[in-house]
Amino acid sequence: MGHTAEPVDLQGRLSARWHELPELQRTGVVIALELVLAGLLLFIDKALGFGVGAVVAVYWIYRLPPVPWRLAAQAVLVALFLALGPRSFGILLAAAFAVFWIPERRRSLVVPAVAIGAAIFYPFYQGHMFTIPVFGSWPDVATGVVMLVFVMMAIGLNIVVGYAGLLDLGYVAFYATGAYTAAFFTSQQFAGQKCPTPGVSVTNCTVAVVPRHKFDFGAIGLTPGTGGIHISVWLLLLLSGVITAVFGIVIGLPTLRLRGDYLAIVTLGFGEILPQIARNGDNLFGTGVNLTNGPNGITPLDSIGFGNRLSDATGGVLPSNFLTCCKASHFGHQIQSTDIFFWVAIVLLLITVFCSLRLQYSRLGRAWIAIREDETAAAAMGIPLMRTKTWAYASGAFFGGVAGAYYAVFRSATFPGDFFFNISVFILCMVILGGMGNIWGVIIGAAFLAYLNQEGLANTGSWLNTNLSANSFNLLVAGIFLALLLWLLVRAREQMMRYVLVGLIVVDLVLFVGLRIIHLPIDVPLYASGIYGLIILIVMLLRPEGLIPSRRRAAELHEGVHDEPLYDAVHAGAEA
Amino acid sequence: MTDTATDGNLLVAEDVRKEFGGLIAVNNVSFTVPRGRVISLIGPNGAGKTTFFNMLTGVYKPTAGSITLLGEDVTGKPPHAITARGIGRTFQNIRLFQNMSAIENVMVGMHTRMKANLFNSIIRTPFVKREEAAARARALDLLQEVGLRRKAHEAAKNLPYGEQRKLEVARALATEPQLLLLDEPTAGMNPQESAEFTQFVGHHLRDERKLTVLMIEHDMRVVMGVSDRVSVLDYGEKIAEGSPREVQRNERVIEAYLGKAAVEDMKRQGLS
Repeated sequence: MGHTAEPVDLQGRLSARWHELPELQRTGVVIALELVLAGLLLFIDKALGFGVGAVVAVYWIYRLPPVPWRLAAQAVLVALFLALGPRSFGILLAAAFAVFWIPERRRSLVVPAVAIGAAIFYPFYQGHMFTIPVFGSWPDVATGVVMLVFVMMAIGLNIVVGYAGLLDLGYVAFYATGAYTAAFFTSQQFAGQKCPTPGVSVTNCTVAVVPRHKFDFGAIGLTPGTGGIHISVWLLLLLSGVITAVFGIVIGLPTLRLRGDYLAIVTLGFGEILPQIARNGDNLFGTGVNLTNGPNGITPLDSIGFGNRLSDATGGVLPSNFLTCCKASHFGHQIQSTDIFFWVAIVLLLITVFCSLRLQYSRLGRAWIAIREDETAAAAMGIPLMRTKTWAYASGAFFGGVAGAYYAVFRSATFPGDFFFNISVFILCMVILGGMGNIWGVIIGAAFLAYLNQEGLANTGSWLNTNLSANSFNLLVAGIFLALLLWLLVRAREQMMRYVLVGLIVVDLVLFVGLRIIHLPIDVPLYASGIYGLIILIVMLLRPEGLIPSRRRAAELHEGVHDEPLYDAVHAGAEA
Repeated sequence: MTDTATDGNLLVAEDVRKEFGGLIAVNNVSFTVPRGRVISLIGPNGAGKTTFFNMLTGVYKPTAGSITLLGEDVTGKPPHAITARGIGRTFQNIRLFQNMSAIENVMVGMHTRMKANLFNSIIRTPFVKREEAAARARALDLLQEVGLRRKAHEAAKNLPYGEQRKLEVARALATEPQLLLLDEPTAGMNPQESAEFTQFVGHHLRDERKLTVLMIEHDMRVVMGVSDRVSVLDYGEKIAEGSPREVQRNERVIEAYLGKAAVEDMKRQGLS
């Protein structure tokens, strides 16, 4: 070890030596290493090995000059998968490649169109899709419905948090309001009881009691003799939205005068109060009024459907009742009632996205962003703070309410246990993960977290338990991984790549040690909150603006928002 | 030039007072702004000028006294209501919407003059489309007026300091004010920029646009160059008012700025 001028640290020296090599040699070595890495993974799980191999291939293909080399390489890769399987992956790859060949200015139209098409046909091909490494099979359609519902809620919250910058930690209150509104108007909750014999009270009744009240307005599939309020579910979705929006305004008027953290605390309070009312609402104030049926929740709820007349008029294309529908079979897939729920959810989501986008680029949307950036200046420019914030709250509440109502109808039940504080945080996580203020980011963030919650974590857990053991992940495998990852780290130039590699090294070490301490099987969903926390922590450290940030939000997070409170009387008085 | 409560007054403040706990920031100041003039409000640091401004624009509620704008009592009204009634303002420390583009900043200023609401914005009715297009066109015109047309789509924070000041003026003009309040508009400008700005206020805003301007200003060249009347605040009280020339010679003003010794010094010089 001489005292020379060259870099002393190991990484520096290796890096210097490495960059002296000719470009072609370096590329060759790296590709070879990555293939070895993929090959090693094959020993743990075949799908994972091939998956990593495919990712490596796609990465290097995009380094090739576009035509003819890149095109040819893509064609070969697609052909390989189509011939050797999994075929669905080949098709997906072909579609992805095709999208990137579209000129950039048209992509903004084509990509959403393709995405919507792919979503609509999802129930038909879901069963034929390849197994995703680690995550297992593609989410089933019921999970899809839940994902869509949560995406709607996240978009609603995004209006409040992302656009107007009002931190709302009690969004679950709106979800609960929507769900309970649905339950009130489509169940036997308010049926009451009476004795069929005139003049006899319920307690002295000798024959079976019958419902006292009944109100029916276009409900579907009611059995004769049921009581309670039943209105058409289509109308109900709108109604729950409106009622929740009104509720949002009622909550908002006293609270929105507060700024920042104070607002967050108060909304947190409301998010706690509402589920408590739901839980204890079977005997309101000791009067015996049963509003929410307490911890038992309200179930069942009416089904959703288009009714016989519409169904007959369209030759059965629109099902009269979602729950008893569906005998038809298309493309080898028998339509399930879940599929219909899924499609309706897509329509609701599209409406939500449409409204959200229209609002963002309107007079009101500009006012929201102005308030987020500088409240005092916004007020001085003629923006009524209270009214504008209340509109943000009401619109956010509206979508939360619709989503909550639809979810309740889909599950045909509402329980107070569904509306804990953690749901508020969960939805907020979706918004943060995706990128506050950017609707596309929020959609992806929400869909991913909802998927993890529904299926993803359980699937990952079972993958871990079957494929990882102290035997498969022994000293040799772990050691080779470590060496490879370190080597790649030395040559990695992009910061992001380095983060990924450091992450993998940590995973490698944790797994090697962990598998010797923890005894499988591990129940992964038990650690859900911790895992979400970790995800948010990583996002906050590496990409505080979220996966797909809005241009503006990113700037704010990196530089801090300029908002000195002018209302701070003592300060301003001293300076004036 | 002491015109109290004549008909030509755009704004009348009577015995306006503001206390912050024990501190009296503004002490029973009466003040009028005649239509179509440029009025300057000067005074040493901490004299209560910005507090006075903040009361005129509704940021603070006066402890006592009344403010009348165009014959209507606006005392204690919220800022947006006062903006809607015709007072536009800029801030001492620039408060633009930093991450919005220049044109968006100006369009936010038009908020009170636009009518689109939540519902017709979602449907985007022909009315909303027309209104939005008109607002955009007018915003570009305003940017043209202050010389920022070519930077319309630049984020506000990326503009150089002087241009940010101009953008603030354009944004305030977008509220279609009768009275424009400028809080130290030339702070941080170099002498040439200040001179240009003086020209802009006197020539363009007052003579061409027939606007009434009330400004807080420290730069005496700007104050003397453009003001029709100067009012001086010290320790929350109005100590002098008059034409720039009168105020310049006023003993109490000199005392407030330079101390008692300076006054005596001047008297001695005047005698000799």
